[in-house]
Amino acid sequence: MEPGKNSASARGAIELVSVTKRFGDTVAVRNIDLKIPGGAYCCLLGPSGCGKTTILRMIAGHEDPTDGDVLIDNENVVGKAPVERGTAMMFQSYALFPHLTCRDNVAFNLKVRGVAKAERQERALEMLARVRMREFADRLPAQLSGGQQQRIALARSLITNPRVLLLDEPLSALDEFLRLQMRGELKRIQTEFGISFIHVTHTQMEAIALADMVVVMDQGRIEQADSARHVFERPRTPYVARFIGGQNVMTGKVLERRSGAVLIDTGGKQLLVSAPETLPEIGASFGIAVRRDRVRLQRSEGAPAGSTLNSIGGRVSALEYQGSWLKITIEDAGGEDFVVNEADSTFFATPVEVGDIVSASWAPEEVHYLSAASVSR
Amino acid sequence: MAGPAPAQPQFGKRPKSFYFLAGFFALFVAFLYGPMSAIYILSFQGPTGGLTFPMRGVSLHWFHALFAQERTGDFAGAFARSLLLAALVLSVTVVMSILAGMAFRRRFFGSTFVFYLAIASLIMPGILVGLGIGLTFQLFEIQTSWFTSALGAQLTWTLPFGLLIMFAVLSRFNRAFEEAGRDLGASNWQIFWLVVVPILLPGIIGVALFGFTLSYDEFPRTLLTAGAQNTLPMEIWGMTTNVTSPALYALGTVTTVVSFIAITLALGSIALIQRRRARRPAPETQSGPAA
Repeated sequence: MEPGKNSASARGAIELVSVTKRFGDTVAVRNIDLKIPGGAYCCLLGPSGCGKTTILRMIAGHEDPTDGDVLIDNENVVGKAPVERGTAMMFQSYALFPHLTCRDNVAFNLKVRGVAKAERQERALEMLARVRMREFADRLPAQLSGGQQQRIALARSLITNPRVLLLDEPLSALDEFLRLQMRGELKRIQTEFGISFIHVTHTQMEAIALADMVVVMDQGRIEQADSARHVFERPRTPYVARFIGGQNVMTGKVLERRSGAVLIDTGGKQLLVSAPETLPEIGASFGIAVRRDRVRLQRSEGAPAGSTLNSIGGRVSALEYQGSWLKITIEDAGGEDFVVNEADSTFFATPVEVGDIVSASWAPEEVHYLSAASVSR
Repeated sequence: MAGPAPAQPQFGKRPKSFYFLAGFFALFVAFLYGPMSAIYILSFQGPTGGLTFPMRGVSLHWFHALFAQERTGDFAGAFARSLLLAALVLSVTVVMSILAGMAFRRRFFGSTFVFYLAIASLIMPGILVGLGIGLTFQLFEIQTSWFTSALGAQLTWTLPFGLLIMFAVLSRFNRAFEEAGRDLGASNWQIFWLVVVPILLPGIIGVALFGFTLSYDEFPRTLLTAGAQNTLPMEIWGMTTNVTSPALYALGTVTTVVSFIAITLALGSIALIQRRRARRPAPETQSGPAA
């Protein structure tokens, strides 16, 4: 589902307006604006301490913003309790109540609302069935595996009939195999319930695989908020390109302007790369990103490198076999790493070895220009 | 088959240090329980027997004698008073320790000072605490009694203990449980009763056990504050000076049994709760759904 595809009917549209959060002297979130369409699967992505969990907790109502407003379906919810907001949160460790059975955990919200016992038990069982855990109703959380606990936590949150479900690193406690399985399960449940999911993670591939919308964060700021495909293919800043991965990022100061190209100094070597129609000024910061799988490796030994357009020369410093492809790391003249992902068939036709001198080149249309302001930062 | 064999746990072959330490431990246990067991055995002394070995027959004679007030003083009354007082101390200690523990989770102004003030009463000599309370009651011309001044004196001893236990229990309590409760629409009161108290229950039982046992055998603080009627430890103290029959030993056996029952009940219920919550998780592969 594309974000906002059915935004007219979908509930749970979220808007953050100039939101700032301070804890004492530290600023966790700096003046953020963000719009998440209703019914979207949105991933907040970033390293630990970037403010993503704080944003989640502010939407959930477990923290109040120091400044700014949080809107859900165009209604300011700052100061309201979680249930009044129509949000529900799934905690990182799930926080299932250890003294209650799965059924009673799921029925907890109904119990505190004063729903009669027979009715709440029945509704809890229905919800357990929807996450395929009905036969575990009488177990205690400690008797369940991580994946099963997560389903119970989901059911417990969903029974409040939220318009937004907030998930704090929901897959981090699971092993690799389960993580992939539960990833699909989360997406299935989100589609089935038709509500917004906001999922905090520090794993790039998790975000790319799940999200309609990826919000990449760093140091309390949003670096880019875009569709998963745009974040991967068209990162706005060097930070996003490096964090999402799969890209070679080259930044430097412009030394010379040629027709359709610039010579840049990366602080160790010079590179001649394609440039946009309006050439940047001499001395300006300039940055590009080229996908690792869109680079061609030339095995011609002793090839002159560096002065050719859109190419780089160096020595193979590492080889990693990945099954269907190989990760070839080249150390260039400036001592920086450049990575080529090459299909296994291409590689094994004419293999290279660690220590070989090679060059790598790419077509002008593969060059992605990074925003100038972000490069100089 | 080449290469070293995988290390197998070797049963039956233990280092010499094991036997040395085991022997030392046996000595310690003998020292701990040896003298007491002499008392337990002698409490079953025959009707014509004396305060020392040898045993002249085996009987329950001295247990009967215990409850005959004219021979040994007011044992039954002291026993009842001690149980009631211990129950009072237990209740106040549990309630106050939970409330204080919850309060101390928020750093309030002067919290460190208040904490050390509470802990200091653990270090103060009990006899002085009792003396102070006794003198103060006298100053204001209030009668000291076991359920007023002695109750207060014992609380100066049990409350800091209870507070320390609650600190340990609450430091391991995950706040996410409370947030989850709030997230699911529970009021603060509901969070407290439906989430916090049940999860902390094993620790709370621990506080109750401390409150009970510390009160049940409390002596120095109670000595000068109990007023006219004795609690059990004071009754025993009195008997050691004027009772010259094995009834004294019978009393020792009875009080020990009561202590053991209290400890067994408390530890048993804690173990039961822990076991119920920590049964082995089901194997992941049998989870069935979405497979």
